[in-house]
Amino acid sequence: MKFIVCVKQVPDTSGVVAVKADGTMDRSRMATITNPDDLNAVEAALALKDQNPEAKVIVVSMGPAPAEGMLRELLAMGCDEAVLVSGREFGGSDTFATSQIIAAAIAHIGLDEDDIIFCGRQAIDGDTAQVGPQIAEKLDLPQVTYAIDLKLEGDKLIVRRQLEDGYMTIETSLPCLVTCIKELNVPRYMTVKGILESFSKPYQVFDYNELKDEPLIELDTIGLKGSPTNVYKSFSPPLKGAGVILDGSPAESVEKLFAALTEKHII
Amino acid sequence: MVKFENTNPADFHGVWVFCEQRGGEVNPTAYELLSEGRKLADDLGVELCGLLLGDNVKDLAPAFGGYGADRVLVCEDPLLKEYTTDAYAKVLCDMVMEHKPEVVLIGATNIGRDLGPRCAARLHTGLTADCTHLDVDVAKYKEFLKSTSTMDVEKMQWDMSDKGLKMTRPAFGGHLMATIICPRFRPQMSTVRPGVMQCAPFDQAKADACKVELCPVTLSESDLKTKVLEVVKEAKSAVDLIGAEVVVCVGFGISKDVKTGIELAQQLADALGGVVGASRAVVDAGWLDASHQVGQTGKTVRPKIYIALGISGAIQHKSGMQDSECIIAVNQNGDAPIFEIANYGIVGDLFKIVPEMIEQLKK
Repeated sequence: MKFIVCVKQVPDTSGVVAVKADGTMDRSRMATITNPDDLNAVEAALALKDQNPEAKVIVVSMGPAPAEGMLRELLAMGCDEAVLVSGREFGGSDTFATSQIIAAAIAHIGLDEDDIIFCGRQAIDGDTAQVGPQIAEKLDLPQVTYAIDLKLEGDKLIVRRQLEDGYMTIETSLPCLVTCIKELNVPRYMTVKGILESFSKPYQVFDYNELKDEPLIELDTIGLKGSPTNVYKSFSPPLKGAGVILDGSPAESVEKLFAALTEKHII
Repeated sequence: MVKFENTNPADFHGVWVFCEQRGGEVNPTAYELLSEGRKLADDLGVELCGLLLGDNVKDLAPAFGGYGADRVLVCEDPLLKEYTTDAYAKVLCDMVMEHKPEVVLIGATNIGRDLGPRCAARLHTGLTADCTHLDVDVAKYKEFLKSTSTMDVEKMQWDMSDKGLKMTRPAFGGHLMATIICPRFRPQMSTVRPGVMQCAPFDQAKADACKVELCPVTLSESDLKTKVLEVVKEAKSAVDLIGAEVVVCVGFGISKDVKTGIELAQQLADALGGVVGASRAVVDAGWLDASHQVGQTGKTVRPKIYIALGISGAIQHKSGMQDSECIIAVNQNGDAPIFEIANYGIVGDLFKIVPEMIEQLKK
């Protein structure tokens, strides 16, 4: 039994955001973090391993070499093995091509009858929530997105899936893919013992040569060339024309406000 | 599976909207997308078609005509009664492969965001998530850029004959806007967030003229690897942020007295017939629950009046409210970015300003 967790290192968009002159994000000047929803996915796998100690938790990330630091932290949290999928051929991938490559990496690790793949719902840099379901499609696995609760019952996984106005409870066969949201759990911290152990745990890098014989990997389905979507234009969001600042005492400024609103028939 | 040939755009015609229903209730996003899809179909000179999946749902179909659909394709099957990824993705993909629409729009609800990517991967095409603006006509897209960016649109090179779908969405937490295209594969797929597109007025004559077609469905139990055990609607009184005409939104500025801050916002909202919203910081702190959240990870609102109390106005917040008709901001920090988009700003202490507002409204 394996729990494979897909994680992404992202620029911290809640902190300082650096934009280059050409309107693209300057990632080199921004702090990086483990994508928040992905930490909930890691915790879901570790919690399930707590109940099934024979299971192995493998974290998989696609990204540049520095993502090793993030993966070591996840090993220190308790994950057993880490795989970094990294290569020039993979660069510029959209969600379609990214899921193609990660699905190939998971196929390369090997998927057994009782395995579960965990992903975060979405990454904060793109907010698309597409890679999880697309990995599931490419591996022909059932998917359950927006998980807020889960338990293993025999050879079935029972997942509570969040809806806007409630939830649905879904039973799925294994292997399957689950995407996790922050309501699911609270991620644990690294331990000192975990940190010490993290450097002796198995760590592998899958590059293009390692994966090229996987049926999912073809040069016209990966990287920039294999991406169905392209960026047509990108630009900074607009600033509206400056409004009116109403000064004076609280009573005076509020009076001015309501006078203006009444005059414009807004109230 | 038969290979789906989708690299020749000339084989694909028409704009489709996936019309989501749950338990026989249409998700309002369907009407919003039909209204937007109508404009795209008119610019392309093609048909607008609604796609409705469910069990015994065909009576819902004529209403889609009232919002712009020329035709509604209805797929009914007992296995489509509750949403499952497997059943809905199979039927949607089968329909797309058979009828070959050039554009497919899906509401970015929790269900649409489950279904859309699965189908796009199966169809080998692109999907752009959570779009806030759509164009096919280059002249209209240029007008859009003129009003929403600082780019010198006239100095740029344009292929005016290009009728591909230009899908604009916020990226990097709303710090950038990106327009995405899908030039090589069809259909061009997009999910659109609830509340983003405006609903057209309902037209009874068009509803009466709308063609409704029942389509055969090929679906069996063995296609489903998941089973829905129960669907639970939570009784918690949902805040209708999207439908509200007035939203009074609180931010981290209430931190010095959270209880009073929320009470004041509620009283002001009551006086104006509105509802209370919250910034991400307030929801993350646990002061109000997530149903109140306005912003890119919360809800997108466009009320008549939006009052921001103690909200600095991070771009992620602005992207969820900047299309409000009248924005009023109260903040102690005169440099807060919220003032850049506010129609009226008061620099001051919300704990003094808001009681004054409530008092003057009573008169």
